[in-house]
Amino acid sequence: MNISGWGQYPSIDAKTLNPLVDRDITNIFMAPGRDDSLIARGLGRSYGDSALAKSVIGMDAMDHFISFDETSGDLRCRAGVSLDQILAVFVPKGWFLTVTPGTKFVTVGGAIASDVHGKNHHVDGTFSNHVSLIRIATVSEGIVDCSRSEYSDLFRATCGGMGLTGVILEATIRLRPIKSGMIEERTVKVGNLDEAVEVFEANQDVTYSVAWIDCVATGANLGRSLVMMGEHADAGELNAHQKGKLSVPFNMPDFLLNPYSVHAFNALYYNRVSKPVSTRTVHYDSFFYPLDGIHQWNRMYGKGGFTQYQFVLPKGTGLEGMRLILQRIADSGRGSFLSVLKVFGKENDNYLSFPMGGYTLALDFKIGPGLFAFLDELDAILADHGGRVYLAKDARMSRACFRRGYPRADQFIRTRARYGADKAFHSLQSQRLGL
Amino acid sequence: MQNIMIFGATSAIAEATARRFAERGDALYLLARNEERLARIADDLKIRGAHSVEFSPWDAGGVDHTQTLDRARAVLGHIDVVLIAHGTLPDQKGCEGDAETALREININAISTLAVLTPLANWMEQQNQGTIAVITSVAGDRGRQSNYVYGAAKGMVSTFLQGLRNRLYRSGVNVVDIKPGFVDTPMTADFKKGPLWAKPERVARDIVGAIDSGKAEIYTPFFWRWIMLIIRNIPETIFKRLSL
Repeated sequence: MNISGWGQYPSIDAKTLNPLVDRDITNIFMAPGRDDSLIARGLGRSYGDSALAKSVIGMDAMDHFISFDETSGDLRCRAGVSLDQILAVFVPKGWFLTVTPGTKFVTVGGAIASDVHGKNHHVDGTFSNHVSLIRIATVSEGIVDCSRSEYSDLFRATCGGMGLTGVILEATIRLRPIKSGMIEERTVKVGNLDEAVEVFEANQDVTYSVAWIDCVATGANLGRSLVMMGEHADAGELNAHQKGKLSVPFNMPDFLLNPYSVHAFNALYYNRVSKPVSTRTVHYDSFFYPLDGIHQWNRMYGKGGFTQYQFVLPKGTGLEGMRLILQRIADSGRGSFLSVLKVFGKENDNYLSFPMGGYTLALDFKIGPGLFAFLDELDAILADHGGRVYLAKDARMSRACFRRGYPRADQFIRTRARYGADKAFHSLQSQRLGL
Repeated sequence: MQNIMIFGATSAIAEATARRFAERGDALYLLARNEERLARIADDLKIRGAHSVEFSPWDAGGVDHTQTLDRARAVLGHIDVVLIAHGTLPDQKGCEGDAETALREININAISTLAVLTPLANWMEQQNQGTIAVITSVAGDRGRQSNYVYGAAKGMVSTFLQGLRNRLYRSGVNVVDIKPGFVDTPMTADFKKGPLWAKPERVARDIVGAIDSGKAEIYTPFFWRWIMLIIRNIPETIFKRLSL
């Protein structure tokens, strides 16, 4: 069957294996003549080719809760459980995800493998910072429990390791107590990049912060944005989210996305807020997951697909690099509907985790002629300023760019070999990047 | 709170349905062959809010299911709903080539269900209350060359259920025949999916709705009622020429 990531580019004709119990997975490893390009796949929300291989291990049926400790908030669950399910079950009990990405349609296994981050990275770090234990099926050691103290090399390689160390079976994650399902949101309208960064820096103690940035604006307006901040509300019902009702039923025709429509959208979005500072109380679903309400929004970019380019630049020199890149994007006329800027907290010690202290920007680009050459140019600016590209979104980065951005790749490769993973796990991405 | 017993509880549709029961705090008794998976599902349903979850290994291949029923009754006492969801999707070509294969599939998908329904019906009749819900298939509505062994088995169960519904009406026991169309489950993992395919969660919602509102027969998703109406009414002289 033909499968692709969320960006609908690239795709591969893959065989899907559907394990029901742990033994089914170890049997896949031991099967005579098995494929050496296996990769586990959750809900297929990584954008590019990280969950694409000739044989994919579908984790859909491994979606069970195992236990929950109501004093500590420690939830043990199978890797195929989605964040959507965790919220549906635990918000009414007064618990929330400690770290959540911009969609709730990812599995716990996928969140660990991509070591996802959220709007509170500057305070709480990445998803794996709140994972105390991972049970993983490895090729050479069988099923093992790894943590920061046991099999710590495997733990550090698995968090952010893009599924290339084994198949994550279970994890223990720490939830956060909440009093309400609502978020107190404050939006600050800023005229340029410097002001945006100032607002972030001045509000470091605010739990959630992110900026939507107008990637079409240039000159004095370069980097004008809406900085949105939030805190869990003290009052309000503990209501979980509802199922989204809207859907994009088919791939949109190519002409809908053009420089004019992108320009118009960005201008409208920026001017949707008139006051310099506004506050409101919103449900967590619209604060954290605005796009989840529209199923298959990826079809907006047409059947040719799109790629999301997300990078991070370190503090200090990074801001200059960010300005250069924003200028290049605005000049290229390749802007995207929604571009997101955030200031990260400090880096963790996983080998391939993406975040580092600095500035991250994410934008969507429709796949088209000249795009990859253009992104290579951005990569060059990025590398010169000490930045890196996020693997969970990547579909095209060069091996050289990867190596410059991820200096601990060698440790990752050695750890991968130590657990026999190099003999079994390969995605299109790992092959492209030489992992 | 309702007391609910589920045969074939590890099937994707049964599990999705059990989650809905769990969310509203029902007490569950689960039966299936794979004990490891049953244990996982039981833990999961407790966290999702089930009042209680018990389970027991059960093989559809047996003939006498009275012991299984007795044990469930000892645990649950009164039983409000029984959902029968076990089954396989036979390889039609394999069934054509070998009578033993065909009979084995008929046994799992029809005979075993009747073997459960027979003592169960007597027991529900005595109880004078409750719902028996059985998952059959739209395939039972008309034999087609692509899967008539499966269709014949499901059709047999549907006919049996009609009679049973008629018999148990006086006792206040409702019999629901659930006819799903294409459902995206591990059982159908190798099929190419299209717009007619539904998720088990969708089918589960319809099942709970049908049980709660006392329906006799449902197609799920609903549009299969109209598709099957057309399929059933194509004259045989034309139908036999079609490659369905």
